[in-house]
Amino acid sequence: MSLAVDLASWLLLGAGSIFCVIGGVGLIRMPDFYTRVHAASVTDTLGAGLILAGLMLQAGLTLVCVKLVMIGLLIFFTSPTATHALTRAALTRGLEPVLAEEGRPPSKRS
Amino acid sequence: MFETAAAALLVTLALALTRAALGPTVFDRAQAVNTVGTIAVLLLAVIGFLGGRPEFLDLAIVYGFLNVVGTIAVLKYFRFGSLGDTGEEETR
Repeated sequence: MSLAVDLASWLLLGAGSIFCVIGGVGLIRMPDFYTRVHAASVTDTLGAGLILAGLMLQAGLTLVCVKLVMIGLLIFFTSPTATHALTRAALTRGLEPVLAEEGRPPSKRS
Repeated sequence: MFETAAAALLVTLALALTRAALGPTVFDRAQAVNTVGTIAVLLLAVIGFLGGRPEFLDLAIVYGFLNVVGTIAVLKYFRFGSLGDTGEEETR
């Protein structure tokens, strides 16, 4: 039983680590601000959620688990809010997204 | 296994800091700093388990709140040019 819980916890921690690194690589390699936001959200949702779930399995049903749930809820609600505010601020400032060239009209905003 | 997670988080931290240093616009830098804050929260939690001291989770909660307040404040500054009401409505 304990071995199974440890194994599941390790799997969750490993998957969360991989998704965090994927988000970081996307943050470097994406061509545009809006696509970079998309890449960073991978770190904020899947990476954080999986790592926190793995830590919860290690903690068991204690106060530590409650604190981990609080951290998860905090990231779950504040990260999309911050991303939304960031993207709206960028659109308001007139930052143009990079679009495909062939036969597409340019962005509606000027 | 906690060591692997901490190492992966440090790699992500390095990538986000690279984007914050490179970023052509201020929004890229703000997004990178937001990611750095999330990674810091996760790293605090993982290091607490790594050292056997889960009291670090309290620091992680505080850092999460500071992160979102800091991001919104920086955004407001770069969107409106000031952090508060200057009392001048028309002359901006």
